[in-house]
Amino acid sequence: MTLELQKPRPIWQIMFSTHHTDIGLLYLILSIAFLFLGGVLALIIRAELFFPGPQIIADSMTFNRIFTVHGTTLIFLFILPSASAVGNYFVPIMIRYKDMAYPKLNAIAFWMIPPGGALVWLGFADFTWYATPPYSIISAPGPAADMWIFGLKILGISSVLGAINFIVTIMKCKHPDMSMGQIPLLAWSFLVSSMIIVVAIPTFAAALLMLLTDRLGVSGFFNPAMGGDPIAYQHLFWFTFHPEVYVLVIPAIGMMYEIIPRFSRKPIFSKSSGIFAFVLLAVVSFSSWAHHMYASGMSFTEKTVFMVGTLAAVPASGMHVFNFIATMWNGRIKFLTPMMWSIGGIALFFSAGAGGVANAAMPLDFTTHDTYWVVGHFHLFVMGTIAFGTIGFIYYMFPYVTGRMYNETMGKVHFILSFIGAILVFFTQHMLGLLGMPRRIFDYPEIPSWIIGNQIASVGAMIIGVSMVIFLYNLIYSSAKGKPADIHDPFGLGGTYYYPFEAKTPHHN
Amino acid sequence: MGHHSNWPEWLYVGVIIALMVWVGAEAWNVERLVEHVPADAEVIIVTAQQWFWSFEHEDGTKEIGTLHVEAGKAYKFEIISKDVNHSFNIHDYVVLMDAVPGRVNTVWFAPDKAGEHDIQCREYCGLLHYNMRGKLIVEEPSR
Repeated sequence: MTLELQKPRPIWQIMFSTHHTDIGLLYLILSIAFLFLGGVLALIIRAELFFPGPQIIADSMTFNRIFTVHGTTLIFLFILPSASAVGNYFVPIMIRYKDMAYPKLNAIAFWMIPPGGALVWLGFADFTWYATPPYSIISAPGPAADMWIFGLKILGISSVLGAINFIVTIMKCKHPDMSMGQIPLLAWSFLVSSMIIVVAIPTFAAALLMLLTDRLGVSGFFNPAMGGDPIAYQHLFWFTFHPEVYVLVIPAIGMMYEIIPRFSRKPIFSKSSGIFAFVLLAVVSFSSWAHHMYASGMSFTEKTVFMVGTLAAVPASGMHVFNFIATMWNGRIKFLTPMMWSIGGIALFFSAGAGGVANAAMPLDFTTHDTYWVVGHFHLFVMGTIAFGTIGFIYYMFPYVTGRMYNETMGKVHFILSFIGAILVFFTQHMLGLLGMPRRIFDYPEIPSWIIGNQIASVGAMIIGVSMVIFLYNLIYSSAKGKPADIHDPFGLGGTYYYPFEAKTPHHN
Repeated sequence: MGHHSNWPEWLYVGVIIALMVWVGAEAWNVERLVEHVPADAEVIIVTAQQWFWSFEHEDGTKEIGTLHVEAGKAYKFEIISKDVNHSFNIHDYVVLMDAVPGRVNTVWFAPDKAGEHDIQCREYCGLLHYNMRGKLIVEEPSR
């Protein structure tokens, strides 16, 4: 049985286990812990920006370190591990195999994350999450920057190992009677995002090594003083991290594909178009990286090519949205917490995508680039879409993991507050961007419209903060004292579920 | 994969593609016009360094922090950096171009009326990035 908390085991039995549900649980706990750590940093940033002038944080260096670690933490230590948690629980069951293809490799991939995270947090670097040279080579202080580089190196290797494991599990270990078309969309999303990881991450791994040797002074790849080119780093970085956006978002969409049909009590409108859109997204994810660099002095032709490559991702994303709406259409929808998070996630995904079209159009990008618009835009993806989808899924799998039900009212309050908060923060940040407020600033001049915008955004962030406290309380309280769940149909929806709790039978424990 | 027809989805995808083609074509056309520097544009060399801006006019006049230009004239900025990446930004005139060490990036603008505007750095450049600000003063034409 996997009902972790109903049938207590010594903690070392879970820690040294190689079973996919145990590793899934470890991923889940780690990612939730880092969600709260990264979230606290976000609240500190928003509190500092509530008024112009320094209040909470003594100096800009500390502020710069905080937003760097905030971004790094939530991308690499919350979103990626939380997707791995879901994948570990569900992918082997969905393809009907007893475990991941390489259980020990699976455990190794997980156990690389804590040291990687520790390096990032103990170093507390200041050069933003994209560590752009020459700042990161000649200006970024001390061991912090090097620790960040090593931490990211370890996290990148962990991602690649996890991705290889998912690809092999799905391609080679699926039940022989199962065709590729029969694999559920959630498992498909892990196949596709893992393939992007395997292609994209090595580029950044190379760039990190070059950055390190540049910092040591033995090479000058990106250092103009030694004949290098800082723009080369930006290409290498974004070649990894634009596709990485899709690595993050595709599993979240997959989770919605699991939740939406179930809570609409209807089959997916078109599974084949879901698969097609996943694959299409994976392909076009590699055609748009330099849209982050329009203002770096690119030629008109380059900009045009990458604008077309970026706009090409819109139809595929739109197909997912269509699929969700068409699935819900005429369904007997049950608005329980996981469903509300999914629907909210789709709404914000749509807004994020609409803003993305504006960014991609070359002349408009010069208004929005490196302003708070961009901050609002990508947070609508990472928070509004990915975190919303993931949190909804955490509620969805809660009864399977703990054997108990979470508190439905608290779950709904959590959603409503987070949704209002997200709109207040991120929509307002779009407005601030249009008013010209740059990103990554510790302080801002006393322009009345900027002050009001920042205050609305900060209030929104605090609302999200309150909702997350409710979330944490719900998780802890309900896993210990919640009502025992009807484990065969915890949401009263009928139909058959994928049961992680059946994965662990005495045969292969 | 049911037995329903898929035409609404095809129609919807078609509409999205048409919209994207329109956005792309419009953006291409506007950017093409915006990037066309007038032949009579005066060159101003903009030097970025941690954490201030300096300017050099065609006639050799140098300014630090504050830039004086005349309304009705076109100016072409040649932007260089002495240390790390910066980004030269006059938000009111949608002037934005990175200052990258080892490169000369250009952008142009033509202020239409007298006034005062903010100049700021929009690329993270370290400790005082938030305070790397300047002023653009557009004066009435001298003639």
